[in-house]
Amino acid sequence: MFTRPIAAFAALLLMSAAPLAEAAEKPTDPQIAHIAYTAGTLDIEAAKLAIKNSKTKEVVDFAKDMERDHEAVNSQALALVKKLKVKPEDNATSQALAKAAKEERAKLAKLKGAAFDKAYIENEVAYHKQVNGALETLLIPSASNAELKSLLETGLKIFQGHEQHAEHVAGMLK
Amino acid sequence: MRGGLLPAALALALVASPALAATIEVTIDKLVFSPPSVQAKVGDAIEWMNKDVFAHTATVKGGWEVMIPPKSKGKVTLKQAGAVDYFCRFHPNMKGHLEVSP
Repeated sequence: MFTRPIAAFAALLLMSAAPLAEAAEKPTDPQIAHIAYTAGTLDIEAAKLAIKNSKTKEVVDFAKDMERDHEAVNSQALALVKKLKVKPEDNATSQALAKAAKEERAKLAKLKGAAFDKAYIENEVAYHKQVNGALETLLIPSASNAELKSLLETGLKIFQGHEQHAEHVAGMLK
Repeated sequence: MRGGLLPAALALALVASPALAATIEVTIDKLVFSPPSVQAKVGDAIEWMNKDVFAHTATVKGGWEVMIPPKSKGKVTLKQAGAVDYFCRFHPNMKGHLEVSP
């Protein structure tokens, strides 16, 4: 029954060259909280790199928007896990996301100017697409706590907005 | 006598018209503008109440933009008649519509 969403998520991660062989089970709420928080933190790190490295106003503005929104989502997530007395639990999905993001950051750190801008924004489109796919097919359906589910649903709307925003910025860079 | 009345009537009209202008409230909650569509008149104001912890905007492409900070308000006075679509520049999946009559 759970094979399909898992397979879909694995496929999504594979698309970004992050294998996810380990995650063969439906994630628990503590794991979901960890995945969501990690996904946000990784995007904040990418944003910080862009704020430092890019000289293009649109790109820096976009990165600042990402930093601000993901910090807001994450502080909501922290408040919720505290309230629910849930301890976020590290897991294979979080690790795969972190590993892929680390590789991407290393790649970005070597680029400058227009090449950096293009790579950063294109990765933002792909990254949000990937996280949104995971939220829709796996994390939201798997969440058992109603408040966690609701926060993830708001997160999905925010990240879908980011995906469109990133696509818009990518269009301006061309 | 006539010369005295006309300016008075004009002054009254000037005072009276802003009093007729309404402020229409649009709530933003979980990235949704509600109501999504609003009918207003030139001179009315739209005030967005942002319940989210995220900053939003009400942006008309090629037109005006209102910043709506988290847990705060943003306001615009409508100056032009016509129908316009607006969206949030930070989250373009958030959409709203205004129909402004003269």
